[in-house]
Parts: sequence; structure tokens; C-alpha cells
Amino acid sequence: MEALNLGALNLGTALVILALAVWTVAARDTFAAVVGFVAYGLLLTLVWVQLRGVDVALTEAALGGGLTGAMLIGAAARLRRTEGAARAERPGVPTRVAAALLAGCVTAALAVAVLALPDPAPTLAPETAANIAATGVGNPITAVLLAFRAMDTLLEAIVVLFALIGVWSLAPDRAWGGRPGPLQRADPAGILAYLARVLAPIGVVVGVYIFWIGADRPGGKFQGATILAAMWLLAVMAGLVDTPPTDRSRLRIALIAGPVVFIAIGAAGVAFAGAFLAYPEGFAKLLIKVIEWALLPSLAVTLALIVAGAPERTET
Amino acid sequence: MTDAATLFGLLAAALVGIGLYALIVDPQPLRKIVAFNVVGNGVFVLFGAIAHRGAGSGWGGDPVPQALLITGLVVAFSASALAIALLLRLHDVAGSATLATDAPAPVSPDGNAADA
Repeated sequence: MEALNLGALNLGTALVILALAVWTVAARDTFAAVVGFVAYGLLLTLVWVQLRGVDVALTEAALGGGLTGAMLIGAAARLRRTEGAARAERPGVPTRVAAALLAGCVTAALAVAVLALPDPAPTLAPETAANIAATGVGNPITAVLLAFRAMDTLLEAIVVLFALIGVWSLAPDRAWGGRPGPLQRADPAGILAYLARVLAPIGVVVGVYIFWIGADRPGGKFQGATILAAMWLLAVMAGLVDTPPTDRSRLRIALIAGPVVFIAIGAAGVAFAGAFLAYPEGFAKLLIKVIEWALLPSLAVTLALIVAGAPERTET
Repeated sequence: MTDAATLFGLLAAALVGIGLYALIVDPQPLRKIVAFNVVGNGVFVLFGAIAHRGAGSGWGGDPVPQALLITGLVVAFSASALAIALLLRLHDVAGSATLATDAPAPVSPDGNAADA
């Protein structure tokens, strides 16, 4: 009976997500579509929980629904005036029919592949279980991210940094080194300022907690850093703090500190353990902790500034 | 009732199709970015369903693809952020946000008339 209820719940979740995806694509107003996309992102976290990927669910909620949603809503508001003209460029019926045929074929091919997946499924879970003791951490996702596939995580931290450099490089010359985003002028006695004052301290505690327990339970630096970044952005939107000038050297050191520590520990592995990013026996957990502690602030600052956008204002 | 991995695998296939259609058909760049994210979600959910099928050793899913998914989500976020920043810059410079090659002459705020 319980299994049946869960199955019905899954089916309902899938149908609502499907409807929201169609809404996101079909809604006339971009702002409405983006709001639909945020709701859709939050519902996807339920899918991740049902697929037993709680770490992925946390990432999806914080990053996919939260920060991406905030960015899209900001962009939709700024582009609103251009919407009418752009809508008129909708392609003709032949293109739409061809696109629908192509999309239908891709979906059908994927669906056939899903139904024809091999049984029993290939898995690396036994290998992970056999080797997790050597890393000293209890959460297999953290073990994979920082020991078995640490190279991916290092490159990912650098991709995030490069994305920020890309965003900054889009600043007009006169604003180079200035503060990102427009000046926020929220009512200091308004509900947004109140929310930022009440919610931000709680959010910071939640973010640090999710980071702290990441070694042994679902959580970790990416999820924690995203929540910290969101709390700072909330305070910025409420006008309680301003974005920092991007030419400040202390800020730039904070951005690169995490990846630099990660690379240094990786390079030390060549000397002490025989391979890049290898950890000497007995030191794995300590080094993983050092990398996580170094990455958390760098990631939080980088993610927050990516959402804040290109520099727009200089002090004059 | 089908199991969760199959059900959400089929959902993923549908999401890829919906996103792909909108990516081709919708003329607005911001909507294309959203559509691309829907395609990405479909790919991620499909990968997550496959990870769930590989459950073993007391875990509800294969931890290796799950860890790669977290990496994938962060990279997808970075790519979307860069795309949005490019689009906003295009809007600032050209005064419009269109990908059409024969766009009407834009009214540029700083007088840089497009290649007219």
C-alpha cells in the first residue's frame, strides 16, 4: 500500500514538473516563464530525493532553483522592454513543425534507451565502498568529489572562477574595477530589509552547518557556499550592504585562495604520494578538510559575484 | 506501477524534447537560455535515474555519477551566468536583445550605431 502511494506521488510529481516545463517554454511573458522555471527547479529537488541523491537535491535547490532563478529574474526584468520586438521574430510554421519532429524523435530515442537500460545496472558503488575507508570520510559523495575524482572538483572550482572573469570582462571600460550591479535603494524600514535582517543570520548558520556535516552526511562546500552567497545577495538586494569594488586586491585574493590551496596540495601529492592530487596515507581526511575549508569562502564569494554581474558603477 | 528510475528517466526524455523545441523555436535569447537549462535538467535527471539504478553497498545510488552531477550542476550554472552576462551586455550596447541578422537599426545609448 505504501509503495503504491509513493508511486502515485512520483507520478504526480513528474506530471506537475512536465506541466511547469511546458509553461516555462510556452508562457507569453518572459517574467512569468522564469518564475515558472524557479518553481520547476524546486520541484526537481523532490525528484532528486526520490532518486536517493540528497546531495544533488541540495545542490539543485540552492543553485538550480535559487541562484540561477535569481539571475534569470534579474535579467528578465532588465530585458522587459525589448520583449515585444523579439517576439515578432517567431519562426514560421515549417520551422516549428521541423523542430517539433526533431524534439519528438530525440525524446522517443531517449525513452527507448531508458526502457532498454541493462539489468543489472553497471555500478561503481562496490568499488567506492571498498576504498572509502582510506579517505576517512563517511559521505561517499565527498569521497568521490575530493579523493577519487578530485581532478574534476579542482577543474570545476576553476571553471567557476573563469566564469566570473568572463562576466567581469563584459564590463564597459568606464566601469572596469567598479561595483557590480545597480545601486539598490530598498526602503530601510520595508519588508525586504526586515527579511534580510531576520533571515540572513539563520541562513548563514544553515549554510555553515551543511558545509560542516558534508564529510559524513549529505552536504558539502558547494551547497554551503551557495547558501552563504544567497544570504549575502539578499542583504545586497535589501540595500543593507553594497557590492564591493572589483579592483580590491583583498577581494581578488579571496577569490583565488581556494583553488590555489587545492592546486598546492595537489602538487605536494607529486612529491609525497607519487601522483598529482594523491594524498599520503593517513593524511587523506586532514587534507580533504583543508581543501574544503579553503574552497568554501572562495566559492561563496565567487558564486555571489557571478550573480551580482558585471561591474557597472565606479566611485566618483 | 513503474519504479522511480524508469518513471523519472522517461520524464527526463520529455524534458530534453521540450527544451530542445523551445531552444530552436523561441526567438528571444533569454528564453533560449531557459530552454537550454531545461535540456540540461533532462540530461541530469536521466543521469540521476541511471545512478539510482546502480544502487548498492547500502547506498541508494551509485555515488560516482551523483558526485559528477553536482559538478555538472555547478558548471551549468557558470555557463548560464556567462550567457546572461553576454546578453545583458548586448542589450546595453545595441539597445535591443535580438539574434536576428536583419534587426532594425538599434537606438544605441552611447551613439555606437550598429554597422549601418
